[in-house]
Amino acid sequence: MNPFKRSPFVIISTVLVYIFLYAPIVVLVLYSFNSSRVNITFEGFIPTFSERVVMDGSTVVSSPCGPFHWFCDLSKNREVMSAAKNTLTIAFIATIVSTIIGTMAAIALQRYDFRLKSFSQLSLYVPIVIPEIVMGIGILTLISQVFGWVNTTFALSGDARLSMGLFTVTISHIAFMVPFVTLVVQARLQGFDKSFEEAAMDLGANEWTTFRRVTFPMILPGVLSGALLAFTLSLDDFVITFFTNGPGSTTLPIYVYGLLRRIITPQVNALSTVWILIVFTVVLLLQIVQSREQSKS
Amino acid sequence: MLKRLRENKSAQGTLLALPTTFWMFILLIIPLILTAIVSFGKRSPDGNVIYTFSLDNYIRLIGISSDCPAGQTTCFNPLYVQILWRSLTLAFNSTVLVIMLAYPLAYFIARSHPNRRTTFLFMVLIPLWTNFVIRVYAWMMLLRKEGAINAVLGWVAHLLHINFVPLEMLYTPGAVLVGMVYEFLPFMILPIYTSLEKIDNSLYEAAADLGANPFRTFLRVTLPLSMPGVVAGTILVFIPVMGTFIVSDLLGGKQVILIGNLIQRQFLDARDPAFGSASSLILMVMTLIVTYFYTRKFGFGEEIVAA
Repeated sequence: MNPFKRSPFVIISTVLVYIFLYAPIVVLVLYSFNSSRVNITFEGFIPTFSERVVMDGSTVVSSPCGPFHWFCDLSKNREVMSAAKNTLTIAFIATIVSTIIGTMAAIALQRYDFRLKSFSQLSLYVPIVIPEIVMGIGILTLISQVFGWVNTTFALSGDARLSMGLFTVTISHIAFMVPFVTLVVQARLQGFDKSFEEAAMDLGANEWTTFRRVTFPMILPGVLSGALLAFTLSLDDFVITFFTNGPGSTTLPIYVYGLLRRIITPQVNALSTVWILIVFTVVLLLQIVQSREQSKS
Repeated sequence: MLKRLRENKSAQGTLLALPTTFWMFILLIIPLILTAIVSFGKRSPDGNVIYTFSLDNYIRLIGISSDCPAGQTTCFNPLYVQILWRSLTLAFNSTVLVIMLAYPLAYFIARSHPNRRTTFLFMVLIPLWTNFVIRVYAWMMLLRKEGAINAVLGWVAHLLHINFVPLEMLYTPGAVLVGMVYEFLPFMILPIYTSLEKIDNSLYEAAADLGANPFRTFLRVTLPLSMPGVVAGTILVFIPVMGTFIVSDLLGGKQVILIGNLIQRQFLDARDPAFGSASSLILMVMTLIVTYFYTRKFGFGEEIVAA
């Protein structure tokens, strides 16, 4: 029996599911080149003729940027640029912190026995089995209570008052990202024999050397994939950010959501196209790296 | 001091786990306890919480209302029970649909040539990594009255000389269902793939040698061995569908209100955190009960991590 044999039913369903996955994305990208400002029907690409934008009603007749009119428009949008900056800042800081403390916890849970071990392990499963909104409103309640108490107790006023912002979003992101990092690294540690570390110790390496020269290189792929997972989770997050952001800490998902509730503009399509392009490039690079590693081993 | 720490394994473990445990305690355990405390409180006139012990919020949630027509002191208001029931059935339907779509695709990838598997998997990851909100927006573009689906249907109807009235698809329960299925499909494909890929080829050969036809092999070998993946995928799909409010907000409009929308509105529009906390606690209890019984029946796979 050919192990790679697949029935026609499986092949047809697979093709249909891939179409289902990609059709919305294709439409989204196509509309980012639409000449209609109200974004209702696709009225064709925008030609380049004049030095300035020419409009006829809601249709862009021509633009100096040509078909990329909405991308030029987007790059002039300060709110989008600041939201992009916030999104990346939060994702970078939260990824670094959650990767470090998550890896430490994974090593502790996998290689040591200590008091509160079962509590630590259990608390890491909780974010997976409760809906994100439950965690989001819990953190919102806690932060607003604490900040309210501090503000009244110390009679803070004006700029000194504590309020939601980049700080609260970042610490909340770390809280939901750490469990994923820890579980991924733990899974990696589980696959490795403790005897490698024991052999290093027998040969006279101290604990730090053992960690640096044996344990860390072994778990590095796990740490990197945990970090990557955490980073994408942070970029994608809507719910936790929605309940913990404040003035000046709007992220891209929050900005897009706010925009969609009011108006629909091709700028959102242009933004989506840029986003998809970045994701596509990253995924492609990852695949190249991974296939190189596979061919090496 | 340092020397004693070097010899004390337990203290080392505690220290290593300390930052994470502390972080999870402050930003997960305490918030959950606080939510429980607030849910027994009352709304103050300025939209804050008065801490007491009252079951009013829960009584309101199960439908016993004090806001009744003249002459009655209590009456039944099914609004919140309906919202809970709608969320549960939607989560159930989405999960079943997602399994039906994800399984053949995962099977296809697992049975394809090892060199091509990563490419097919990355093709699943690209839509997943395209932002959540952007994916909902894509469906708004497709389902609108002037959207892409109606445009294609209209074009086909025009070719066939049929009179075509654009379909109203956006802001319907169906739109929310499609949106949920689209959002969470990859979370089912990945764990099912992981468990299918682990199945040894010799098992298929053995089944064939013993005279099982392909259908029987699937039913008796493949399906049972892939159940851990299906269970993990179900947990990864069912729980977020229960709590998501953007999909119903943008694709369902005011037609489809789920428990997530109810909670969000209590915190932002209605300014009744006490009632919102009670709803949130009910949501959490509902998902925990479903997960508990489901995993007790089918087991809790490691595939969750693999996804």
